[in-house]
Amino acid sequence: MSETEQATAPQAPAQAALPLDGWHRDRGARMVEFAGYAMPIQYEGILAEHKWTRASAGLFDVSHMGQLLVAGPEAERGLESVLPTDLALLKDAKPKYSLLLNEEGGIIDDLMVTRRGEHFYLVVNGATKAGDIAHLEAKLPRGAVLDHMKEQALLALQGPKAVDALARLVPGVEALTFMTAGVFQLDGATAWISRSGYTGEDGFEISVPARDVARIAELLCAQAEVKPIGLGARDSLRLEAGLPLYGHDLDHSTTPVEAGLTFALAKRRRAEGGFPGWHRLAKELADGPIRKRVGLLIEGRQPVREGAMVVDGEGNEVGKVTSGGFSPCLEAPIAMAYVPAASAAEGSVIALAARGKIYAGTVTAMPFVPHRYQRKGAAA
Amino acid sequence: MSIYYTKEHEWVRVEGDSGTVGVTDFAQGQLGDVVFVEVPEAGRTLSRGGEAAVVESVKAASEVYAPVSGTVTEGNQAVVDEPSLVNTDPEGEGWFFKLTLGDVAELDELMSAEQYQSYCDEQ
Repeated sequence: MSETEQATAPQAPAQAALPLDGWHRDRGARMVEFAGYAMPIQYEGILAEHKWTRASAGLFDVSHMGQLLVAGPEAERGLESVLPTDLALLKDAKPKYSLLLNEEGGIIDDLMVTRRGEHFYLVVNGATKAGDIAHLEAKLPRGAVLDHMKEQALLALQGPKAVDALARLVPGVEALTFMTAGVFQLDGATAWISRSGYTGEDGFEISVPARDVARIAELLCAQAEVKPIGLGARDSLRLEAGLPLYGHDLDHSTTPVEAGLTFALAKRRRAEGGFPGWHRLAKELADGPIRKRVGLLIEGRQPVREGAMVVDGEGNEVGKVTSGGFSPCLEAPIAMAYVPAASAAEGSVIALAARGKIYAGTVTAMPFVPHRYQRKGAAA
Repeated sequence: MSIYYTKEHEWVRVEGDSGTVGVTDFAQGQLGDVVFVEVPEAGRTLSRGGEAAVVESVKAASEVYAPVSGTVTEGNQAVVDEPSLVNTDPEGEGWFFKLTLGDVAELDELMSAEQYQSYCDEQ
């Protein structure tokens, strides 16, 4: 028996240790290399962890992600020159999904940006943070100062019971609604907590000092609702939620229009421009993209994974699968793929080729599994 | 009846010239939750070390190789219908296929249970 494909990066020589490294190992995690760090791929098993998160609450260590601050008198103007977000409209403590774009409108990274008083707080992907920092340092004006918060760790507590567990430790945190944030005290540490995440579930992302994170992770996992969850289930959860993963579903050669992320292109910015790739993106918005990211339900039981080709009737490659796996909730294989715009309508049947076999996928609306965010004004 | 093991973490249980093949408990632990199994059809001829079956977990796809050459007499439909049998009973109900051995002498090149155990301990 041998593995022919692996959903996560294979082992690389350099593996830096994150603040919770020892904590994960003590809890029996299987560690793998990811984004240059040793990280837990699973504890008891991906299926069990996935289902636990959907039913209760899972704690994810996402300390590999980059936490950045942009401060100074030119911070807002500087960030608007690299992001397609309307920062003038961005209210305090309201995280917003945004994109670093290149001159061709391709995606350098996807991120969350939050106004925090006088400065902006950004959370970027772990595998891309070094490049992001270099890009920002090159593009930001002198009056905008970038700080990489290396001493902060980041946790995500996700699932329908996340609010019960966290509100027990942080009274008042339950008042946050989806995509709002604030400063709280968590076991004596100052925590920046936002009601957001990457699983499609209700939940929180919690930024705390690295020196406190092991104690806080232990405290969170001492709550009956909470178990630690590895990267394996993080990937299957976000796939079910229809959320793209940078480096797989998004990269330098994909645009936000192709990727179905036009909500990240603010109305004023579309009209005024002034961000990288605007000309290309304005044209794509007007004419439609030539290819689109879609969700696919795969016929049969065999997963079709990243790298499989989308083929036309003559067997020519016309697109590719960028994420694929088995949905624990649907008990069926699902995938994301880029397909020609003419084939992107819901219900279109797409032929996929992998390992010398042809598979059929039907274009389906995403998310595959409904989101359960706690939006403002929605019934609790 | 004897059981032999490969370095690729397959086992073959031999009775006379008939063998039953599966993957080991070590292998299923490495794979994680198995969600798909494809087994060879009866009548298919397998060469030693050749691809014989497919096993996919939530995280990865793997090939299962024929530990010995032979002709398949039965694929295990139960494990196709319920792939998690590979996790719950890898060296029992979770078998993949049965075959008629092509060359019994090939068994000499496989590992005993003790040899396989020490092989796994080194992994």
